[in-house]
Amino acid sequence: MKKENVIEADQLTKTFGDFTAVNAISFEVKKGEIFGFLGANGAGKTTAMKMLIGISKPSSGTAKVAGFDVYSQTEFIKKNIGYMSQKFALYDDLTVKENITFFGGIYGLSRKKIKEKRAQLISELGLEDISNKLVGSLPLGWKQKLSFSVSLLHEPKIVFLDEPTGGVDPITRRHFWEMIYKAADQGTTIFVTTHYMDEAEYCDRVSIMVEGKIEALDTPKKLKEQFKVESMNDVFLKLARNIEAP
Amino acid sequence: MKRFIGFIKKEFYHIFRDRRSLFILFGMPIAQILLFGFAITNEINNVDIAILDHSKDATTEEIINKISASKYFTIKQIIVREADIETVFKKGKIKAVLNFEKDFSKNLIKEQKATIQIITDATDPNTANSITNYINAILQNYQQSKNKGIQIDYQIVPQTRMVYNPELKGVFMFVPGVMTIILMLVSAMMTSISITREKELGTMEILLVSPLKPFQVIIGKVVPYIFLSLVNATVIVLLSIFIFKMPVAGSLFLLGAESVLFIITSLALGILISTIAQTQQAAMMISLMGLMLPVILLSGFIFPIASMPIPLQIISNIIPAKWFIIIIKGIMLKGVGITYVWKETLILIGMTLFFIGISVKKYKIRLE
Repeated sequence: MKKENVIEADQLTKTFGDFTAVNAISFEVKKGEIFGFLGANGAGKTTAMKMLIGISKPSSGTAKVAGFDVYSQTEFIKKNIGYMSQKFALYDDLTVKENITFFGGIYGLSRKKIKEKRAQLISELGLEDISNKLVGSLPLGWKQKLSFSVSLLHEPKIVFLDEPTGGVDPITRRHFWEMIYKAADQGTTIFVTTHYMDEAEYCDRVSIMVEGKIEALDTPKKLKEQFKVESMNDVFLKLARNIEAP
Repeated sequence: MKRFIGFIKKEFYHIFRDRRSLFILFGMPIAQILLFGFAITNEINNVDIAILDHSKDATTEEIINKISASKYFTIKQIIVREADIETVFKKGKIKAVLNFEKDFSKNLIKEQKATIQIITDATDPNTANSITNYINAILQNYQQSKNKGIQIDYQIVPQTRMVYNPELKGVFMFVPGVMTIILMLVSAMMTSISITREKELGTMEILLVSPLKPFQVIIGKVVPYIFLSLVNATVIVLLSIFIFKMPVAGSLFLLGAESVLFIITSLALGILISTIAQTQQAAMMISLMGLMLPVILLSGFIFPIASMPIPLQIISNIIPAKWFIIIIKGIMLKGVGITYVWKETLILIGMTLFFIGISVKKYKIRLE
C-alpha cells in the first residue's frame, strides 16, 4: 500500500540578500515516517524547517505540509503540526500542570479534553508526584520528554523536532527515541533534525544538507551502501569532506 | 476568546511569580511617590541662618525677632566678625547670613535709608533664591507695618496670588510627573522585557508556530500590563489625595481615560522596543536610557521646559510624557475638561498610532 505524502517540497529556496541559506531543496515525507533532517551547523536545516512550519516565507519554490500550501495556508499548517525547538520551550515558572493546560489552551482544546490529556500524559511520563512543581526545577531529560509530549497534545499529523536531544545523557536519549517510535506507530509523522549520527540510524529515511543543498537522501542502510562505509557518521564525514575538498 | 483568557492567566503567573517584577510593579510606585512627596521638596522650612548685627539697636532686634518668629527660619548662630561669615558657610549648616550695617536705626531715621546685606549659600541656587525671596518678603512686611499711617504720595502695592497651588506644595508638581514615570516604566519597560524574555527563552517561536496569530500573542502580552498600570495609576492618585491632600479638580473619568491613552502609548513604545531588542537586558537598557531619562529631564517634570535652550525645547515636543504631564496637570490642578486638552490628547493619539505602525512594519520584516 502506497502511503500518502504529508510533506512535499519542490525547489524550496530561501535567500537573505546575497546569501542563499536554502538552495532549491526537494523531498517528500510519507505519513508515519521518521524523517531525519541532517546537516552541519549553518547548513540551512533550521531555515528549511522554519519555512515548513510557516514562520518564514520561502523566496521561491513550493511546498505543502499536511496538504496545505506554505505561502497561503500557514494557519492551517499550524493547526496540524507540533513543534519542539532546541531550547525547551516550556515555561520554567509554570508548573507541569499549568504548562500542559496553557499549551492545550492555545491549540484550542476543550477544557474537558485538556483535563483528560493532562491526566494521561502525567501518568505516562510518571510525573504524578511532581505535577504541581515548577518546570524549572525538573532535570533536563524530563523537561525534554515533557516538551515532546506537549507538542503532541493536540494530536498533530506531523511533529517537527529541532535537535530535541541536545545535551542529554544516552539513557534519556534512548527513552526519548522510544517515545518517538511510539508516536510514529500511532501514525504521527516525525520530522527531526539532529547532530547525533547514531540517532540518524534510528530514522526511516534521512536527508543530509550541506551548504543549503540536500546532498543525499535515502534510508540509512542504502546510504551506507552508496558511500561504502560502516556508519552514518562516515557517510556524513565523507559528504562534508567531498564538498569542502575540491 | 478562551485561548486568550488562558494566555492572560499565564501572563499573570509570570508576573506574580517573579519577585523582581512584582517589586517594580508595586513597590516602586509607592516608594517613588513617598520619596518625591516628602523628601525632595523645594519648600523652605526651618532653614538655619546666622546674624551679624553691627548695630544691635531696637530696629534690628525687631527685625531679627520677626524673622525668627517665622516658621521658615531658625537663627542658629550670632556672629560678631565679618571674617566669621566665611567660616559658618564652610561648615555647611548655615544657609544664609544677615548682615546689619552699623548704626542701622540712626541711618534709617536720619537718612531714611539703612542697609541689610543678605548673603546666601548658592551651592544650591534654587534654595538660595527662595531664601532671599522669603527674607525680602519679611522685610517688606515689616516696613509696611512701620509706615502705617504715614502718607506717601505714590505707592505701588503688589498683590500676589498663586493660583492652582496656593501653598506652593512641591508634591503637586511631582505627582503628575511620578505618575507619568511609573506608567511609562510599567507599560513600556515591563512589556518590552516580558516580550523579549519569550524571545530569549525560545517560547516566542513556539507561540508563533501555534495557531495563535502574532497580534494575538502581542495583545495577550500587553493586556495584563494595561490592567496593572491602571491599578498603579489609581494607587498613585489615592495616595496623593489622602496623604498629600492633593485635590483632583477635574473629572476623574477624564483622568482615567487620558491615563489609559498614555498607557497605550507606552505599551506601543514597549512593543516597538521589543522588536528592536533581542535580549531582556537590551530591552531594559533601551527603556531606561531611551525612555526614562528623557521623561525625567525633558518632559517638564522637574525642569521647566520654558527655561530650556531652544533646541531642547524643540526636542521635548517628541516626548509623549511632556504632553501627558500637561494633560494631567490641567485635569488634576486646574480642573479643565477635554476642551482644553484636546490638542495634547490628539498628539498622544497620533504618536501611539505612529509607534504601532512602525512596530507592525518591523514585525513583518522580521517574519519574512
